[in-house]
Amino acid sequence: MSQYHLDYLQQLEAESIHIFREVAAQFEKPALLFSGGKDSIVMVHLAKKAFAPGKIPFPLVHVDTGHNFPEALEFRDWLANEVGATLVVRKVEDTIKQRSLTEPKGKFPSRNWLQTYTLLDTIEEFAFDACIGGARRDEEKARAKERIFSVRDEFGQWNPKLQRPELWNIYNGRVHKGENVRVFPISNWTELDIWNYIRKEKIDLPSIYFAHDREVIVHDGQLVAMSEFVQPSADDTIITKRVRYRTVGDMTCTAAVESSATNLDEVIEEIIATRISERGETRIDDKVTEAAMEDRKKNGYF
Amino acid sequence: MDLLRFITAGSVDDGKSTLIGRLLYDSKNILIDQLEALEKSTKNRADGSVDLALLTDGLRAEREQGITIDVAYRYFTTPKRKFIIADAPGHVQYTRNMITGASNANLIIILIDARQGVVEQTRRHSIIASLLKIKHVVVAVNKMDLVEYSQDVYNNILIEYNEVAKQLGLNDVTYIPISALNGDNIVDKSETITWYEGKPLLEFLETVEIDHDINLTDPRFQVQLVIRPQTEDLHDYRGYAGTVTSGTYKVGDKVTVLPAGIETTISTLEAAGKSVDEVFAPQSVTIQLADDIDISRGDSIVKSDNLPQVSNELDVILCWMDDKALIPGNKYYLQHGSRLVRSVVKQVEYKLDVNSLQQQPVEGNVKLNEVVKAVIKTASPLVFDSYDKLSENGSAVLIDETSNSTVAAVLIK
Repeated sequence: MSQYHLDYLQQLEAESIHIFREVAAQFEKPALLFSGGKDSIVMVHLAKKAFAPGKIPFPLVHVDTGHNFPEALEFRDWLANEVGATLVVRKVEDTIKQRSLTEPKGKFPSRNWLQTYTLLDTIEEFAFDACIGGARRDEEKARAKERIFSVRDEFGQWNPKLQRPELWNIYNGRVHKGENVRVFPISNWTELDIWNYIRKEKIDLPSIYFAHDREVIVHDGQLVAMSEFVQPSADDTIITKRVRYRTVGDMTCTAAVESSATNLDEVIEEIIATRISERGETRIDDKVTEAAMEDRKKNGYF
Repeated sequence: MDLLRFITAGSVDDGKSTLIGRLLYDSKNILIDQLEALEKSTKNRADGSVDLALLTDGLRAEREQGITIDVAYRYFTTPKRKFIIADAPGHVQYTRNMITGASNANLIIILIDARQGVVEQTRRHSIIASLLKIKHVVVAVNKMDLVEYSQDVYNNILIEYNEVAKQLGLNDVTYIPISALNGDNIVDKSETITWYEGKPLLEFLETVEIDHDINLTDPRFQVQLVIRPQTEDLHDYRGYAGTVTSGTYKVGDKVTVLPAGIETTISTLEAAGKSVDEVFAPQSVTIQLADDIDISRGDSIVKSDNLPQVSNELDVILCWMDDKALIPGNKYYLQHGSRLVRSVVKQVEYKLDVNSLQQQPVEGNVKLNEVVKAVIKTASPLVFDSYDKLSENGSAVLIDETSNSTVAAVLIK
C-alpha cells in the first residue's frame, strides 16, 4: 500500500471538511444546527478541524424542545464553551406561547414536529442562509435521496422533484432571497462510521451514550425513560434497567436500549452485533407512517 | 479499510434493484426492522419469499406517480471495504441521473440480461462510462438461470461486449455471470456455474485495485477560503484552505499561484488541523506561503514545474441537465471547483448520439439529456486540465443565472 493512502474514515473526514469550507465561503450567514447528539458533536469536531487554527466561523444553534435529556444540555453548553463558538438557543416552549400552537397530547407528547416552527422562526430572526445539519443518508430512505446542499423554499420545504444535480465535489449554493440551503456534511457516513470516528479521534460524548441505570417503561417493545414529560398509563410498570442511548433526541420520542457497554469499544461491539437499524430501534416517531420522514422534510423539517 | 464508490447501470428489467437488494441482503447489511418493512410491502408472492427489489424502493412521491427521482445513495460494509452505491434509476432521464451518480464513482456495474445480450441501453451506459472516464467496468451478465446457465450464451455476450469496449477504449473490464434472483456469484461462488473461474461479484468489489485511481503525479490545489484568525498569537497567520485535487505537495516546494502567475514557496502545511511535511490528494489541507501575495477563493496553487492550462476559451463536452433548453449565446455561471466565473456558451458544434457515439448536427436549442460539443468563453481565465488527462481538474458545472439551478455538466476537452 502506498504512503499516500487515506482509509475510509480519513476520506469521509476530508469530504466533510471540504463541505464545511464550501459553506463558510459561499454563504453570508450560516449556522450549525446542534442537537447535543453524537452526530452533531462529530460535526463540531469536523468544523473545528476545517477552520483551524481559526475559530468556527458560525454559531451553533440549538432548537430546544424543552424535552431534552439534561445530560445532553449540560454537554452542549460545555462543548460550545470548549470550542469557543457562539451558542444560540431558541425554545419550542416560547414558540408555542407566541404562536399559540397546540401542545401535543397523549402518553408520549412529542414536540418533535413543533420544532419546525421554532427552526423557521430562528432562520428568519437571524437571516441564516445556510443551516448545517447532521442527517445521514443511511438513516432513512427520504434522506438517501437528499442532496448534500439541499435547497429549501421560504417555508423550509424540500421538493424532492426539484433537486439540483450534484456532481463531483462541486456544490452550488446559489439561492434566491428568502430561500435557504440545508447542508449535510456527514451525508455519506453511516452510524458505525460515526462511532468508529468518535473512537479514533477520542471525541467526548454525553454520559447517556453509555450504560447506566434508568427508570423506564416498556412501550411496544421499546424502553422509554420515565420523565416528567411522559404520561404512563395505569397498566404501565416502571422498572429499572441498565441502558444506553443509541441516538439522543427528545425524552418523549427516543428509546433506550438494554446495554452493559460502558466504553466505546463495548458500544461499537454491541452495535455491530445488533440486527436492528438505528432509527428503527430508538425512534418512536418514525414508525407512525411509512413516509413519516418524507412528509416532515417536505414541511420544513431537517 | 478503504472506500469504493460504484454505480449500478441498468433498469428494473435487468434486475438492478434485485442485484442491489441481494448484495445488501447476502452481505448481512439489511437489518431486522428493514426486513420486516420489506415483508410487509411484499405483495403476496406465491413462494413466500421477499422481493429484494423493494429494498431499493423509494419515496411515496415516487410510488404514487410511478416515477423515480434521480440518484439514491446506499451504504454497506464488509470486513474488507466500505461501499457507497449510487443507484441511478429511470429510463427517461437516464443520461442526467447516470452522469450525476457516475461523477464520483470509481467503478460501474453494467448489467446485461443474458437473454437479450448487448442492447442499445448497454451501449448507452458504456458510452457514458467512457465519457466520464470511470476507471473500472464490471459487466454482470444477469439472469443466467433463465438461459440454463449456458457457457455458450455467456461467451457470446463476452465477445459482443469486447467489441463495444474496444471501440470505446474501456480497458479495465471484468465479466461475471450472475443470477441476482438466486444469488449465483453475488456473495458466494455459484455452485451451478462451475465453468466460471473468476471471483463472485462481492469478492471482486472487495479486492479490485483502486489505489491508483487518484492521480498523484500532477499537483493541483484550489483555494476554498482564506483562514485569518487575526488573534494576538496568530496575528500574521494567512492559511489557504482547500482540497488537494490531485498530486502531492511538500513544505519547501516552489509553487505558482494561478491565474496571476506569481511564484513563491510553501512554508507550512496542515492536514485536518495537524502540521505535516507533505500532503496528497484527496486530503483537505491548509497551505501557508513564504510571500505575502493577494490570493482569494478560486485561485490555484500548483507546482512551478508542472503547470495546468490557463485560458478563457474552452472546448467542452456539455451534458445538458435542465428542462429549460440551452440557447447558444446565453450567459451562465461556470463553477469549476471553488472558482465561479461568468461565461457564455458561444457555439454548439455537434451533438453526440449517446447510443452510437455518432456526431450529429444540432437543430435549434440543446435539450435535456443531450450531450454536445461546444465552445465556452469565460469572463476571467480558468485554470484547468483536460478532463481526459486529469478529470479531477477538468470538470465543472453551468448554473443558470436566473433560476440558480445547476443546468449542465462540463467536461473540458
